[in-house]
Amino acid sequence: MKKTLSKIMTVGSLCALTLSLLSGCGKSAPKSGSAGEVYVYNWGEYIDESVIQEFEKETGIKVVYDMFETNEEMYPVIEAGGVKYDAVCPSDYMIQKMIENNLLAEINFDNVPNIKEIDPRYQEMSKSFDPENKYSVPYCWGTVGILYNTSMVDPKDVPTKWSDLWDVKFKDNILMQDSVRDAFMVALKSLGYSSNTTNEEEIKEAKELLIKQKPLVQAYVIDQVRDKMIGGEAAVGVIYSGEMLYIQNEVKDLGLDYSLEYVIPEEGTNLWLDSWVIPANAPNKENAEKWIDFLCRPDIAKKNFDYITYPTPNKGAFDLLDPELQNNKAVFPDVDSLKNSEVYKYLGDEVDSRYNEAWKEVKSN
Amino acid sequence: MSKKILSGPYIMWMIGFILIPLALIVYYGLTDRSGAFTLANVLSVTSPEHAKALWLSLGLSFISTVLCLILAYPLAMVLRSRGMGQGSFIVFIFILPMWMNFLLRTLAWQTLLEKNGVINGILTALHLPNQNLINTSGAIILGMVYNFLPFMVLPIYNVLMKIDDNVISAARDLGANSVQVLFRILFPLSIPGIVSGITMVFVPALTTFVISNLLGGSKILLIGNVIEQEFTKGSNWNLGSGLSLVLMIFILISMALIAKYDKNGEGTAF
Repeated sequence: MKKTLSKIMTVGSLCALTLSLLSGCGKSAPKSGSAGEVYVYNWGEYIDESVIQEFEKETGIKVVYDMFETNEEMYPVIEAGGVKYDAVCPSDYMIQKMIENNLLAEINFDNVPNIKEIDPRYQEMSKSFDPENKYSVPYCWGTVGILYNTSMVDPKDVPTKWSDLWDVKFKDNILMQDSVRDAFMVALKSLGYSSNTTNEEEIKEAKELLIKQKPLVQAYVIDQVRDKMIGGEAAVGVIYSGEMLYIQNEVKDLGLDYSLEYVIPEEGTNLWLDSWVIPANAPNKENAEKWIDFLCRPDIAKKNFDYITYPTPNKGAFDLLDPELQNNKAVFPDVDSLKNSEVYKYLGDEVDSRYNEAWKEVKSN
Repeated sequence: MSKKILSGPYIMWMIGFILIPLALIVYYGLTDRSGAFTLANVLSVTSPEHAKALWLSLGLSFISTVLCLILAYPLAMVLRSRGMGQGSFIVFIFILPMWMNFLLRTLAWQTLLEKNGVINGILTALHLPNQNLINTSGAIILGMVYNFLPFMVLPIYNVLMKIDDNVISAARDLGANSVQVLFRILFPLSIPGIVSGITMVFVPALTTFVISNLLGGSKILLIGNVIEQEFTKGSNWNLGSGLSLVLMIFILISMALIAKYDKNGEGTAF
């Protein structure tokens, strides 16, 4: 779930979406049977570009590379099938939705020998949305947690639980995530409920809790949490663990007189996975498998990790990293600290709109 | 015949990029997820959250439009009195920032208004109390006025420049004082420009979602934000389109006003 996507880009991507829908018929479909191409659809800024060139050089397969900004934006493109992609990289719950709607092809793992490099732990995690590990290959993963500013938070007030985000001491100093599922995850977890709940009462309780929190919140943001926290705008913020390496480096480079620390709240959090899948209508399935296999190669996975800085599920790549990085708990947290955490599940259109309605009530309150 | 051929590309453009998208919005707006006809998407504007967002948008864009008008009219008067050369240079300076991306300019305001931003930095240096500027309705209005002011200035300036000086001289000959000249001659003659300016500020202000996201910290939900959320996050294109249709009613009203008061297209800015 690449979160460094800027809201602003949504405008552009909406325009692009309109264009791509319109020109869907005009865009020449990849020639079937031609072994020479692979159509890749990935998050923005979610690959080291030199990896693409390296793949092209090694295999002779031409990569046609497109990007999306949100799972919700990617889904209708694949569903409509006007533009056919071979390899796509959605998040957990969206993969489940695609499986349920028969949009994905089973991966032939004979063509992906490097799957052995993926830590079995993440295959296990994947089972919550891909029960038999038939459709997806993990690419990046991470957690959601609380980032706090050591100079603005008294050592005795250091947040350890989600419910600390309701502490009036932090009034106007809290940055919340501006996305339905993440905001509700915070409230649901602090109430002790599952972040995948479909229970109307629990959603309502979470909604009321979020409304109660709103006067304390400085802003609801997505990628701006990172820059606002570095700039010392707020004391605490809800953030994706993938941003931590960037933040730590930035704090060091700027020589700031405070540091930013990451906490995984006790109540458990969201564990997310972005995995490669192959759409059912992929014209170049074998090339897609080659592409996925290439990305699983430890040296390539390490290169991508260096660029993206989101935790890699690739055991081989992990072993290549500096011990200092391997022990960086903000990037690679202990398994113990994740025991109450859950991966998002697709809850169905009806429950989704229930969450959306509730979120709108929070926002308009 | 040759005229028809020449207009071909434009007709294709209008069909492809105006008519078909509009038809798609109408289709999505009037159907549910399964494709069956429904008015529920359009009527959902009466639900408390949507109605509140719509009223808030109408209120904020109304205030911004009034502020733009108050700021723009005197400016246009000054520009008129400066004569052609100097006046158009000032207009040029005025629209110069518009060459820079609208989002960047709005982001710049964020840097200015932030808690540790430039304005509060200056206040601290002067030992004045810090102000909570960002993430308020005021910040959104500021963003709207700043971004849309040129759209008010230009049409009014255009109309005022076209008023013959002899008309004013005649009014003075007949005994009108400055105030009467302003309210009985210049103001009525510039109505087409004012109406055009009001529409060009009010419509984008009503539909904006970027300004409220960036300067309102997403805490203030406008109708534009609701629609954006339905498309990009809610995956509910039907509801988003239905609400867009409601907004279009307001836009049609504005266009009807233009057609009524600006018959010769005098007030159009470009």
